Amino acid sequence: MAQFFAYVQHADGVIEDTAAELAAAAKAMGADSVTAIVTGSGVDAAASAAGEFFNEVYKIDNADLAYPNAEVVRKAVAAVVPAGSVVLMSHGTFAMDMGPGLSIKTNAAYIADVTGIDGVDGTTLKVVRTELGGNISTHVNADIANGAVITLRPGAVEPAAGGVGGAVADKSGEAGDLSAKRKFIEVVTPEAGGVDITKAEVLVSIGRGIEEEDNIELAMELKEAIGSKAEVSCSRPIVDAKWLEPARQVGTSGKTVKPNVYLALGISGSFQHLGGIKGGIIIAVNKNPNAPIFQAADYGIEADILEFIPALTEKINDL
Amino acid sequence: MEILVCVKNVPDTGEEEIELDGNDLDYDELTYVVNEWDNYAVEEAIQIADKVGGNVTVITVGNEDADEVLRREMAMGAGNAIHLEDEAFEKSDAKGVATILKAAVDKGKYDLILTGAQADAGYGAVGGMLAAMLDYPYASLVNKIEVGSGKLTVGREIEGGNTEMNEIELPCVLSIQTGINEPRYVGIKGIKQVSGVDIPKFAASDLGLDESSVGEEGAIVKRQDYFIPEAGEGAEMLEGSDDEIIAKLIEILKANGGL
Repeated sequence: MAQFFAYVQHADGVIEDTAAELAAAAKAMGADSVTAIVTGSGVDAAASAAGEFFNEVYKIDNADLAYPNAEVVRKAVAAVVPAGSVVLMSHGTFAMDMGPGLSIKTNAAYIADVTGIDGVDGTTLKVVRTELGGNISTHVNADIANGAVITLRPGAVEPAAGGVGGAVADKSGEAGDLSAKRKFIEVVTPEAGGVDITKAEVLVSIGRGIEEEDNIELAMELKEAIGSKAEVSCSRPIVDAKWLEPARQVGTSGKTVKPNVYLALGISGSFQHLGGIKGGIIIAVNKNPNAPIFQAADYGIEADILEFIPALTEKINDL
Repeated sequence: MEILVCVKNVPDTGEEEIELDGNDLDYDELTYVVNEWDNYAVEEAIQIADKVGGNVTVITVGNEDADEVLRREMAMGAGNAIHLEDEAFEKSDAKGVATILKAAVDKGKYDLILTGAQADAGYGAVGGMLAAMLDYPYASLVNKIEVGSGKLTVGREIEGGNTEMNEIELPCVLSIQTGINEPRYVGIKGIKQVSGVDIPKFAASDLGLDESSVGEEGAIVKRQDYFIPEAGEGAEMLEGSDDEIIAKLIEILKANGGL
């Protein structure tokens, strides 16, 4: 049986909630024992916290790891995990940066954005993931005889219970050469000002289904009809197309919102988008009855938004 | 600067419902387009070459249909194209694709290699794997590039709308996020102009590749099927005439502080 590891992300001494999901995922793959890997500079608090969910914690403390530069962290992780190990990470912008290269350097299988775990049969790991923008699922078999690097979609599995009480082992001396040809400079946060969608009670949120820039007006008219408590937000493709400003984007790479009502209009419902909606009821309007948004929404309407939005606007104006 | 951009021909699934034929895609119902992320990568490469000089080469691993994608990207402004085509390449996993690309990269000399941040299968893996195989530095999800001397300053899109700025030495591999630029429009006229261009093709033997290391035989991660997951509870669907649906919706809005 392969050894199981989980790379645990943390900030300010607090580990991410996804750590407990990684522990649960490893168990679902048959792990008896799971070792957390915590890297950084001055990481005692985070390493101790990881012991809550893991049987052992490898701490790698080094000034070069102060910011999680994937090119540097990859070297440290590859240095401390034995050949044939399974390394789990939470699927996000860090895992996407480190995972593929780590799998090459450890000669392991790479399986990204896993949404379900069916189990292990011999050296075959069976998982579920999505393709084609999340619109369809697939069963995937991976040969993990030489180990695996697996990124797990946040929220895909129920988090493991705490209280494990794993001890911290200091592996800082084993990290080896941490020089890298990519250097972290800084994190730039977007400038404040302009529209603040996080304060709106109702979000009229549009996605690819709006089809053309000129149709943005339909959403603006619906917002006007609802009144001052409403604001227009959107999913990523609308910002990519420069039809609306980045401050209006909802999702993990945009804003996290908590309105009373979230009107998802022509939004398919990728997990990155849904990750930005943290409260209220979701009402989805989409012409594709299999759109993932209908699984996340409270109420759904199968309709073409280009016809539905003006009809709704008119009725609200008549109230 | 010599820039190589890896592109892929992918099913155009858009917002429509995906049709299945048993446990596979209904290929008769599919049209293929260039992977959305790749257009941004090609646009970025062209802009860099315009600014600092150099050449842009687009490369793909794919069957004969992928030729169209290479020509489309040439019509955007890429000067050269390379088509890696062999039956032995079919059903490669991400590592297989990276292995094939690495063999092609070794035959040339590139300062900068770009990929889209992800494609149809959603692994987002080929760029990072290729970089690791080449021992080049890598940065993913890049949404900003400034060219310096022997190095680049790149922004990575990270959570919360933040950008992580890095300095990366050349040669390097970057995966490009959508939104980094506005890819130029390609008209039918532009595609016609490159329709007669001879695009070099390389098979496994041309690249010195062991056929068992790529394709279905070399794959260690294998998709078994496609399926539409059994719907959970999901949303309560509002049904009836258009007027009835809107009336119900307005009641829901009122009851939840929406109106």
